[in-house]
Amino acid sequence: MRTLTSGTPRRCGRLLTAGTMATGIALLITTPAQAAPSPSPSASGDIVTKAGTSFLTATAVKPAQPVRLTASTGDYLYWSVETEAGQTAEVAATVTLPAADARHGAQTWTVEVFDGLRRRQACTAGAQAPTASATDPSVALDCSLREVRAWAEPWSGDPLPGTYYIRLSAIDLPEQDLGLTIQVSMQITVADNGDPVPEGGDLQAPLVPAGRPGSVLTSASPSPSASPADGGIDWGGIDWGGWLPDASTRWIWTTAGGVLAAVAGVAGFALTRRSRRWQVR
Amino acid sequence: MISRRRFLAALLGPLALIPPLGALPAHADETTPTEPPNVELVLDVSGSMRAADVDGRTRISVAQQAFNDVVDALPAETHLGIRVLGATYPGKDKTIACQDTQQLVPVGPMDKAGAKEAIATLRPTGYTPVGLALREAAKDLGTGETTRRIVLITDGEDTCAPPDPCDVARELAAQGTHLVVDTLGLVPDEKVRKQLLCIATATGGSYFAAQSTEQLTSRIQQLVDRAKDTYTRTPAGVTGADRCDTAPLLSTGVYTDREPFSEHRWYRVPVEPGQELRASVSITLDRPLRNDFGVLLRATAPDGRELVRGTDAGSGRTDVISTGMRWSASEDEGGDDPVAGAGGTPVVCIVISNSLAPGAAADQTTGLPVELVIDVVDSSAAPASPGLGRGWLLLGLLTVTGLVAGVLVGWLVRAWIAFRRVA
Repeated sequence: MRTLTSGTPRRCGRLLTAGTMATGIALLITTPAQAAPSPSPSASGDIVTKAGTSFLTATAVKPAQPVRLTASTGDYLYWSVETEAGQTAEVAATVTLPAADARHGAQTWTVEVFDGLRRRQACTAGAQAPTASATDPSVALDCSLREVRAWAEPWSGDPLPGTYYIRLSAIDLPEQDLGLTIQVSMQITVADNGDPVPEGGDLQAPLVPAGRPGSVLTSASPSPSASPADGGIDWGGIDWGGWLPDASTRWIWTTAGGVLAAVAGVAGFALTRRSRRWQVR
Repeated sequence: MISRRRFLAALLGPLALIPPLGALPAHADETTPTEPPNVELVLDVSGSMRAADVDGRTRISVAQQAFNDVVDALPAETHLGIRVLGATYPGKDKTIACQDTQQLVPVGPMDKAGAKEAIATLRPTGYTPVGLALREAAKDLGTGETTRRIVLITDGEDTCAPPDPCDVARELAAQGTHLVVDTLGLVPDEKVRKQLLCIATATGGSYFAAQSTEQLTSRIQQLVDRAKDTYTRTPAGVTGADRCDTAPLLSTGVYTDREPFSEHRWYRVPVEPGQELRASVSITLDRPLRNDFGVLLRATAPDGRELVRGTDAGSGRTDVISTGMRWSASEDEGGDDPVAGAGGTPVVCIVISNSLAPGAAADQTTGLPVELVIDVVDSSAAPASPGLGRGWLLLGLLTVTGLVAGVLVGWLVRAWIAFRRVA
């Protein structure tokens, strides 16, 4: 009896150290997944001096990559950018207008964003369609998008990972002003919160549109592009048979919670033992 | 020590289950080009090009300098041709003057010295048969899988209509030869601007009013570069049916079709169970339209039941109106799958309808260009994480619960020991 009472605190202490270390590691591991570095990826690269003129010919740009080009008033300028789940993109553009004495009135410009399926995306903030008066030297446009979701119902219009198209155009202007030279500068910034919703959502293929010309089939044979899907979800070669939850940060959170509970339990137990020993003394 | 290691292993185990993040596949399959980019510059050399009003120089000398610069900077793989109009016949006989268009440099690998020599000999001379020149330029470029580009540079309106050059442009675009006409006006007046805008809009090209030599040069260079960058991204032609059971069967890819006002176009796509259908459509507004417009894309089962729809509407000035949709078969096999039908591969019908109305003087019969993108991918199951929790609150709650439980157990043990001692 005596040996047990004297030995327990020391063993408790050792267990506590191990537990604390493990918990610390668990938190260290959990933290990056919880709050990934927020600034946009460093893949900025060189200045882009081109723009496409349709969805098909849109010029691909990277987040934070500056775009500068000379264009004609009335051009429809297209760019595309790839996004991932958890990211929130913002498009900012400035159009330097022709000299005021060459213009005949106010111009309204707009920046529109479409997803990989060419569905119009809402801007949550920003001057999406500002009007420049006949004397304004330039017009600034801005559009913040919704956060890209990891998964969405096929019937919904929620933003999903994949290609996003940006179209910059003048939507209302005096007809005489068409064709005049403008300077366009555009940049897409992407903030990443690293914690996409819904939890565990996974889009099997991002919304990256097929770029090649199609071919008309003669009979309804299975599409070669897709492999037959099986019921279970395959994570890194492990088939969980569909009854275990998918791999997600929830596993880590729950495990860490269990560890903390165990450590706290032992600590609580040790508290009462220690107080008894003091009483005995 | 052993206990700690086991502890860590238990803790780190779940990490192996984390899916690799950020594994976006590279941009969809780029096909290798089967032919080089084909561009033809069409230059107006009519009498009006004599006017000396661009940077104090004559229009023709400005155009010649721009062409020389473009020829110098021409990318090696680009096949550039040059056609002139109104360059040879100085007379007043309209029937002859309006046939006056020649190919100065054939479309093919460029002999730069020869091309420059030919450009240098140009003298402003005759009429402006723009319509005929466009038709001939389209013939020069030939037909093929990829997009051809014409860059039309003129300072004056067509003096030979009919044919009206804008009608010619629309007719060429409708032939399905993937032709884009970019137009450049040299110090254009109102009539020239309207005409060039009409040609550009009808073919999906652009319009630019050049006021100086640098502007002209940089714009032509931009267009030649654009041709090189984008000429392979060309859709395949298809003709939709007016009902589902006779509609063409489409596979993954980009298609183009024409849809007249108030008509529908049907297509079919085979979609296996476990696959997701994705479709997008863009209708090009290639002529003046009434102010408000819309597009509707629907997927239906062969029996007519609607599965999903995508829609968009707009008003005012725009180039295309587009929408898209996703659809995947319901998870429960058999039973109520509307697409499965009676044996064979399940097929989904896609129908495109438009709510567009032609403007006052617009062409009412030719269909509007429709671009359709079809993709069939694996369907994505709804996420679920039953039985697991997350968040700092959970951690705190579990810790407090553990602590309380530990203290309670400690007290119980103490009470039990005290009881044993008394007993």
